[in-house]
Amino acid sequence: MTFHRTTLVSLAALLIAGPALAECGIEAGSVRILSNDFEALRLVNSEAATCASETVTVESNATSEHKNIQVPALTGNPAEYTIAMVANNSIVPLLNDGLIRPLDDLVAEYGQQLQPNQLIKIDGKTMAIAFMANSQHLFFRRDVLEQAGVEPPTTWEGVLDAAKAIKDQGIMEHPLGASNATGWDLAAEFVNMYLGTGAEFFAPGTAELAIDNEQGRATLQMMRDLTQYMAPEYVTFNANTMGAVYQSGNMAIMQQWGSLAGATIDPAKSTPEVVENTVFAPSPTIGGGTTPAAALWWDGFTIAQNISDEDAEASFRAMMHAIRPEVAAEHPQVATWLIAGYEPGPTAAGVIGTAMSGARPYPMVPYMGLLHETLGNELADFIKGSEDADKALADITASYTAAAQQAGFLQ
Amino acid sequence: MPHSTFFRFMFPSLLAMLLFIALPIVSIVVQSLFIEHEQVIVTSETCQPFGGCTSTSTVDSAATAQLRAEEPLGRFNGLGTYIDRNHLAFGELRDILTTSDGFTDAVSRIYNLPLYRALAFTVTYCALVTPLAMMLGLLIALAVNTVPQMLKGPVIFFSLVPMLITPLVGSLILFWMLNSEGILGAAIQNVFNDPGLSTRSSAPLTWAMLIVYGIWTNAPFSFIVFYAGLQAVPRDTVEAAMIDGASRIERIRYVVLPSLKPLILFVLLVQLMDNFRVFEPIISFNAAANATSLSYQIYSSLNTQTSQLFGSAAATSVITIGFIAVLIVPVLLRVARELSTGRG
Repeated sequence: MTFHRTTLVSLAALLIAGPALAECGIEAGSVRILSNDFEALRLVNSEAATCASETVTVESNATSEHKNIQVPALTGNPAEYTIAMVANNSIVPLLNDGLIRPLDDLVAEYGQQLQPNQLIKIDGKTMAIAFMANSQHLFFRRDVLEQAGVEPPTTWEGVLDAAKAIKDQGIMEHPLGASNATGWDLAAEFVNMYLGTGAEFFAPGTAELAIDNEQGRATLQMMRDLTQYMAPEYVTFNANTMGAVYQSGNMAIMQQWGSLAGATIDPAKSTPEVVENTVFAPSPTIGGGTTPAAALWWDGFTIAQNISDEDAEASFRAMMHAIRPEVAAEHPQVATWLIAGYEPGPTAAGVIGTAMSGARPYPMVPYMGLLHETLGNELADFIKGSEDADKALADITASYTAAAQQAGFLQ
Repeated sequence: MPHSTFFRFMFPSLLAMLLFIALPIVSIVVQSLFIEHEQVIVTSETCQPFGGCTSTSTVDSAATAQLRAEEPLGRFNGLGTYIDRNHLAFGELRDILTTSDGFTDAVSRIYNLPLYRALAFTVTYCALVTPLAMMLGLLIALAVNTVPQMLKGPVIFFSLVPMLITPLVGSLILFWMLNSEGILGAAIQNVFNDPGLSTRSSAPLTWAMLIVYGIWTNAPFSFIVFYAGLQAVPRDTVEAAMIDGASRIERIRYVVLPSLKPLILFVLLVQLMDNFRVFEPIISFNAAANATSLSYQIYSSLNTQTSQLFGSAAATSVITIGFIAVLIVPVLLRVARELSTGRG
């Protein structure tokens, strides 16, 4: 009987898989995917894997170390991977070294399902296809705000007032959270807030740093002001640590990644009050501005330069299958898809709201990575409160300049 | 032993050292003298899902690739990387020494420079953890040596636990326990009755936590080596000392320690080198805001989102090797002297 049922199941699987194979329409080739490691990308990888057949191999490697291996892995000829999944920041080193190929021919031939805004174009050439959006945005607890008698905040100044009310009424000792951990997270906080001021990071057309200004000081001041309502060890909180504290019900307001929204209201991972009362709202504005203080990110795929045209075609078609409209329709809670026909679910409200209110994308300039690294290390003293804003900005400028000279961006 | 036999015994090991230690060091030294080529920046129109098309700077990859093909190592920078602000910072040091008002100001300004900040923690950690972990290890070894035979197995196993736990996992568990919502963190706040107290927010407490953690994980190594050594302490001498009326302390001081001396020097050497490379606890305790080490600096030069700074990482590595050499030369000289007088 058991045997019987297993056979039936396998037969059913074969029947379902059968048409899927035909859908990909790939005759032969090798598809090798390198990607970051989070739920949406794992889903896309597994969808691409359904294109495997006797003549087509599909392999994927989802790792959070993808940024460190992508350049060496794509430099070889033939490249280790045919597809590198990237975001605004991680596409830059691939572009710098000319490791990815223009996709215009493939888009014309096989990319009818794509919408114009999915194409990442550099000088008119399509270099990447974006399929999902992400950003940090506000997560807050409706019940806690109601109890404190404050309206949901739409500005960072409002967040400060709300936090003060919650703390003064003794509802929570440490109502706020931010991912201020030294390194990538802390730098991302600065980038978010600074983008909200509307100012530019670099003098136009050069790698000269331009953050030592009024907006830079306002950004730092706000980051510091917020810390007075955070748990004392806020300098050690990265996005995951902060999320865990929020999910345990010990935090009322935080700016967190949209891609973690689903997990935050998962009853298996969070306390019932958190699941019931969490609201996803656009990122607030700062200093009376209208731009949400959060960077917009896209995730997409690129195809390696150093591979055969056959593999490039197979890879592109496998990806077209992996990001077909049905995938977005069946998994609306996994990501904020940029795919045609996607109906946003409740967990996408924050990212979409942030994008609709005109948030700016994370800068794609080649030297942004160096600045991000420098910010992550040099802001630590400031955020702890052991250094003033002037000193912090001077340190950042000095450290960035030394690094940019090393990397050949400045003389 | 004839020289040829000796050489044949040593050859595989020498070859491995040449291939896996000497050559990489040479390549690091060479790498540290070079920096990246000048990047050819052009303005391109970039279109992405949000905000439409804008003109942004991009690297002209063809032009940059050509520069790289002409000189694969990069641009020669001599010792420039060593003395820039993110390393030895000679220019900044000169400036601080000429313009500082007072000693404290000078120290705090030097401490603000990344390499010196990393060095301050690295040296403190190494100087405290090495002797304290060795002492703790010796105490455990002496204690274990006196427990009844039947209990020795379990006690030894228990004493080795800190070494068996993967450092990253062990420190991550402690990281969560020391959170102000965690069991240890909350207990500390209760004991001192200060809700703002956190072992992870203040620099001195972070240092203390990392050092205590270091002692805890390093003690088992000293323990197991010293425990083995204790089995070889001549029993007659110990008994003779007992007959002469030496107390337990005196026996340890005049009999046990002298016979353990070669082992103590060996453990000291290994521990100094190990502790100078402190790295994992800083990562897993997310402690970089308050404590960085030279190894952390190397990691942070390489673990970037775009341009990995190989020259910078190589320079920091060479500086680290230099410091380790300075640290262990006195110990090595001591060992050599012991050996030449035939007491080793």
